[in-house]
Amino acid sequence: MTSWDILDSVKRVIDVFSNDRPSSARSLSFRKLLFIPLLIALLVGVFSSFYTVNTESVAVVQRFGRFQKTTPPGLHFKIPFSVDRVTIVPTLRQLKLEFGFATRGATNEYQGSQQPELERNMVTGDLNAAEVEWVVQYGISDPVQYLFHVHEPEATLRDISESSMNEVVGDRTIDEVLTYGRSEIEMDCLKKLQTTMEQFNMGIRIEQIQLKNVHPPRAVQNSFDEVNRAQQEREERINIANGERNKVIPKASGLAQQMISAAEGYALQRTNEAQGDVARFNQLLVQYEKAPLVTKQRLYLETMNTVLPKMGSKVIIDEDAKQFLPLMNLPSTPAPTSKR
Amino acid sequence: MNKLSFPAFVFLSFIVVVVLSSSAYVIDETEQVIITEFGKPVGTPINSDPNVKESGLHFKKPFIQTVNRIEKRVMEWDGPATEMPTRDKLYITVDNFARWRIADPQKYFESLRDTRTALSRLDDAIGGATRSIIAKHDLIEVIRSDKARVATLPDDLVETGIPATLPTIRYGRQALDQEILVAAKSKAKLWGIELIDVRFKRINYKAGVIDKIYDRMRTERQQIASKFISEGEGEAAKIKGRTEKDLLEIQSKAYRQEQEIKGKADAEATQIYATAYNSSAQAPDFYQFLKTLDTYEKTINRETTAIFTTDSDLFRLLKSVEKQPASEPAVPTP
Repeated sequence: MTSWDILDSVKRVIDVFSNDRPSSARSLSFRKLLFIPLLIALLVGVFSSFYTVNTESVAVVQRFGRFQKTTPPGLHFKIPFSVDRVTIVPTLRQLKLEFGFATRGATNEYQGSQQPELERNMVTGDLNAAEVEWVVQYGISDPVQYLFHVHEPEATLRDISESSMNEVVGDRTIDEVLTYGRSEIEMDCLKKLQTTMEQFNMGIRIEQIQLKNVHPPRAVQNSFDEVNRAQQEREERINIANGERNKVIPKASGLAQQMISAAEGYALQRTNEAQGDVARFNQLLVQYEKAPLVTKQRLYLETMNTVLPKMGSKVIIDEDAKQFLPLMNLPSTPAPTSKR
Repeated sequence: MNKLSFPAFVFLSFIVVVVLSSSAYVIDETEQVIITEFGKPVGTPINSDPNVKESGLHFKKPFIQTVNRIEKRVMEWDGPATEMPTRDKLYITVDNFARWRIADPQKYFESLRDTRTALSRLDDAIGGATRSIIAKHDLIEVIRSDKARVATLPDDLVETGIPATLPTIRYGRQALDQEILVAAKSKAKLWGIELIDVRFKRINYKAGVIDKIYDRMRTERQQIASKFISEGEGEAAKIKGRTEKDLLEIQSKAYRQEQEIKGKADAEATQIYATAYNSSAQAPDFYQFLKTLDTYEKTINRETTAIFTTDSDLFRLLKSVEKQPASEPAVPTP
């Protein structure tokens, strides 16, 4: 039924009163006037007697303030004129709260942080300071509890989340918070928050806690960077030393191997030569023993034959010339060959 | 319509509506109600017992009775962040929050009437309790919670000297929360308020204190950094030393092996020669002879001047054909 249809029927009803009895009494016109507000009231009633629930929500229906029922997504009817009041609660939507920062344009008014500076700053268990930003993801698990049990569930959730995170960070060292303890913090905080939520009966389930930026306070950031640099430097120095070692040791091993191989070569040469010499000697010896004197003389003369031509100067003197030697000028020019 | 004229009907129904609207009232799930007659409460509060559901449509005496609605849900008190000193004279900013509900609406209605008054009274009660309890404890007691927790340090970071100790505590945050709750609870009860719990939300260092904290953090980090650097230097020196040692070891071992091999070869050669040259009675003599000839061949060259006499084996023929050969050839001089 469209609104035009309704207007048509209204017109028809008015026509009945005004046209069918044109000559009726004046009091009737007063009655007619009275019908108009009644009619309007009726129409408003019809219009406000149904409502739709979208797929991610449920509706909580109260009759005269008293909780009546929850209705699933779809088109539903209710008693109009404030008798039935319907509150739509998005139970399937995933909601989130941000701590220490605020994303612009969030639809959930509680999402962003009102005092990011104060929320971020925390004292760690070793009495250092750290800046922690995190996100809590939650949903509405029980719309009835959510609406009726706690006055401002989101504000309470914000406070409890902050309290839990402060507690978890307060039980850890600065290094656990900044570096290696992150996932443990998320887990611990989630556990803590879930326990509290059960205890508080707020109809809210906590799905996840994620740490975002976690860093030391800006004023000491440099000192923390210094540690990282020092760590890098340590690695670098060790690498350089190892590099030098790698440059020297393999080369030295190679050289050592070379020396040993050369020595081995020498050894082979030495023994082979000795064996060669000895073989030759033994052959000669056999012949020598057969005719020692002849062989000796032959060998002597053979040698002289090859040696003497190579010689620079030769002096042959008579065996009786005893005074020759002191007169001779040996080193300078080749001595004259004298013959008697 | 015959007995009653139409205007009269309208008038009567108007009266009925006015009376009804003054008499009927609705109690929401989130409210509890106190009815007053000329400002004086009458009867028991409605919908205040959590176990009895009284929300819905109710009626009262019209005109003379008034409906006073009081919150039924759990309410929150979020106190202002306040600076206060701890027992160890550190100034911190403490922000805590509490949850409360109106347990005795009658008392609440008589003493406070509205939430704004209630919250400001709670400011005084909880704020005061917080201040005195913080002043009774050291800072660490409000920072840490779990007495049993020990700081963790991954194995690969143990050598870095990153501090992994947490100061010990005797009470902890929850115990302090509890102390504050106990102290403020009795006061709140007088106003018909049940204080459910009080918790610390955040603890921050005061501006003047924070600089000292930063200084400490800086020096602590510097310590770690210098440890890293000296560790790197030490490690590098170790490697250098080892390199030097290994180098000398390799070189000297090679030298030793070289000498051993050579010595062995020399010995072997010597032995080979010795055996051969002693193989018969004439062998040594012959060896000497051969070696001498060999030496001539090697040592005599262009710079050599030799003086022979005619009684040498080679040149004796120059003097006489018949003469006997000498036993030894003359020794040439280089």
